Amino acid sequence: MSLKLNVNKQSVEVDVAPDTPLLWVLREHLSLKGPKFGCGVGSCGACTVLADGHAIRSCLTPVSAAVGSAITTIEGLSADGSHPVQEAWANVDVPQCGYCQAGQIMSAVALLEQTPNPSDDDIDMAMNGNLCRCGTYVRIREAIHQAAAANGSKHSSK
Amino acid sequence: MAAFSRRHFLQLSALAGGGMALHVYAAPLGRGGVGGGQAGGAAGLSPRVFVQIHPDNTVTIMAKGPEVGQGVRTMLPMLIAEELDVAWSQVHVEQAELDVAKYGSQFAGGSMSTPTDWDPLRRVGAAGRQLMLAAAARRWGVPMSACTTSEGHVLHAATGRSLSYGELAADAAKLPLPDESSLTLKAPHDYKILGKATPGVDNHALVTGKPLFGIDVSLPGMLHAVYQKCPVLAGKVKSANLDQIRKMPGVRHAFIVEGDIRSGGVPGSDPGLEPGVAIVADTWWQAQAARRELKVDWDTAAGSPDAAKQSSEGLEKQAAMLLKQPPPYSVRSYGDVDTALKSASKVVDAVYSYPFLAHANMEPQNTTAHFKDGKLEMWTTSQTPQNGRESVVKHLGIADNDITAVHMMRTGGGFGRRLMNDYMVEAAWIARVVGAPVQLLWAREDDFGHDAYRPAGWHALKAGLDAQGKVVAWSQHLVTFGEGRHTSSSAGMGPGEFPAGHVPHYSLGYSTIPLWLRTGPMRAPGANAYAFIGQSFLDEVAHAAGRDPLDVQLELLESSPFNGGGHGFQPARLAGVLRQVAEESGWRNRKHTAGRGMGIAAYACHLGYNAQVVEVSVDQQNRMRVHHVWAVTDVGSQIINPSGARAQVEGSIIEGIGHTVLQVTLAGGHTEQHNFPQYPLPRIKNAPQMHISWRITDNSPTGLGEPALPAVIPAICNAIHAATGKRVRDLPLSRSGFSLA
Repeated sequence: MSLKLNVNKQSVEVDVAPDTPLLWVLREHLSLKGPKFGCGVGSCGACTVLADGHAIRSCLTPVSAAVGSAITTIEGLSADGSHPVQEAWANVDVPQCGYCQAGQIMSAVALLEQTPNPSDDDIDMAMNGNLCRCGTYVRIREAIHQAAAANGSKHSSK
Repeated sequence: MAAFSRRHFLQLSALAGGGMALHVYAAPLGRGGVGGGQAGGAAGLSPRVFVQIHPDNTVTIMAKGPEVGQGVRTMLPMLIAEELDVAWSQVHVEQAELDVAKYGSQFAGGSMSTPTDWDPLRRVGAAGRQLMLAAAARRWGVPMSACTTSEGHVLHAATGRSLSYGELAADAAKLPLPDESSLTLKAPHDYKILGKATPGVDNHALVTGKPLFGIDVSLPGMLHAVYQKCPVLAGKVKSANLDQIRKMPGVRHAFIVEGDIRSGGVPGSDPGLEPGVAIVADTWWQAQAARRELKVDWDTAAGSPDAAKQSSEGLEKQAAMLLKQPPPYSVRSYGDVDTALKSASKVVDAVYSYPFLAHANMEPQNTTAHFKDGKLEMWTTSQTPQNGRESVVKHLGIADNDITAVHMMRTGGGFGRRLMNDYMVEAAWIARVVGAPVQLLWAREDDFGHDAYRPAGWHALKAGLDAQGKVVAWSQHLVTFGEGRHTSSSAGMGPGEFPAGHVPHYSLGYSTIPLWLRTGPMRAPGANAYAFIGQSFLDEVAHAAGRDPLDVQLELLESSPFNGGGHGFQPARLAGVLRQVAEESGWRNRKHTAGRGMGIAAYACHLGYNAQVVEVSVDQQNRMRVHHVWAVTDVGSQIINPSGARAQVEGSIIEGIGHTVLQVTLAGGHTEQHNFPQYPLPRIKNAPQMHISWRITDNSPTGLGEPALPAVIPAICNAIHAATGKRVRDLPLSRSGFSLA
């Protein structure tokens, strides 16, 4: 079945069973390898992407449900890694194995959209669905604070 | 140094286009014995490393081993860059392919990268710097001693001249190699790269979602496979509805694999090719969707007749019976424990236990394989790719030179799981049947059901105290898995397990239960269990004596050793980190308030020494929260990359919190946990404040992948005792009525 999607601001058409999870359409049909497969049951968050700015688990989202939404994957955050969250993640040296980090970053982007200056509790609440087996959590908190501060200074300089 | 004991260990060659390449062979550093568990990795290393200096003054340094999140792709090249005296910004790191003839041993395990490579890799850099100095001195007609280097340039101060390494590389390639005795290494106070927090070399690629991992491999015409195995180890396929599966959308192949695991006995950590059903489709999702319709009639007794009767409950009953008898096998015994216990002023005895655990690395096991015209190429995520290669050769019955290449992809977590290479063999087998490039990707359920688990264990302990509250006798009986005297993988204990050698009378013995389940090394193997046992029981003993557990432990560490001590274990280093962590955490001035408490523990393993103080609270509903962790680690004279080093400690603390609440249980011969909801790994809300510091000592630097994990676990349990008065003797905490807040 042919479906029209909007992914990273581009309109694309895929021929795929409508119940195929969005994750596998992104990875296998659109060659976007940023979103990762971790559990297939929405429990680890490695597959997190944005739908109209909200963090969703693409492994549980049938592709048909993504029609009409603006989907953003980590590849769509910036062309060169210059999104404040990406920069903070690299500066703070968050990744260990790095496998979960695309999902973490997408959840963090969604959080900062809603809550530009989150507390540790806000962060813990918003990021609790994203598992990191290496245990990079204290740096995730730090990177989100750093990205929030960078966003803040950008806004104030406008 | 051992690394320089061979003559002509360096090789030099010119690169096309005017560059220079430096190759090095080096002998391994002796492993050295540290008490506590078994080392997780293979034997000593013999690295051969490539450094290339290009005409544009960029430097390529090959990363020889697998990156599994331990940071070696960044840390090892830092060693070379420092002594080569280049700016870190000049360095480009490239991943080597598997080629042990060329690079020496290529593996990630046992926290061995640092101790093995610290000396040889710095000397590679120093040799390169020496060549640059020689080339410049010759070009200018000045003595080498008049020249200096800085950030990839040779300088002649007297005339103000300067040449870049890139400009000198072609000349340098023609020079004789420097004599090893002429190499000088920098003094630590001259370091510009070592000791500076250096972000991971892949960070940019990671935060932009570049395809780096095994799962991201994509080849033209590649098919995707799932592999359904029996929930009971080595169960065979009696029949399966393959005709129906073959009609499912996208399915190209569906077939039975006989497998080759030898039945009976006790399986190894990586016992062979498990039987199963392979489904190969155009996309992974199609293969996985088809698997949902798969119906297999299994012979669950194929591996072991009683396999399907195994249960956690049954094993626990067997263990309880065995603990009532004296252990049939001895690990170490000296003095006269029985008499010492009889004459002791006080005897403390207790039984402890811990469960099976799963590795649960984030990237599900996978390998991409292409078998074409009898030749095999693989892209894999193994910690031991050479072992994997040898397994493929063995189980497919092919020749080693039938494998044309093994590409080491960045790997989404190791933790010891990828020391085993079952997924590599499965992928190669499927690829040979299919004759097209195939990526085998396990679902999470495959991973939980087919791990080589951290073995469960049960310990009966007795300690005798004299009138002054000093520990004078220690007896320990481990019930573990194995067959007779032979223990299953990662299920045995060594003679250096503290306090062996530090009490006057000691005995450690074990009994075995046959188990038809794979067990295997998991981050700080052995140590991650035995630290909980020894350090919790010692805390219990100290409380029985009415003494501070810190004092009891220091007394053992700082008195003269018995019977040869702890077999290579350096007690002063453990005492050192203990004293420092007590100081930094305010241990001596800790307050006793209801529902809140601090615990202390220390452990040495994998050549590193670590002590931790943990502060927890426990609420009315017995929900426990870890608030603060102070961790002090002694891994020698130099922290190479402080950012990566801290990361290993941070990760160890989180993993240790996980160890207190997680378990894998058995019923009907198979595991009862199938995915993360049944195996609740720590989340961000569980992450405490961490106070991480180092104790710098005059010892050669060693690794950090493992040493900071074991002590967290007993420190948490001892803190729970301080907060509640309740002693945690069985993990997970739920067995004592506690949960994670």
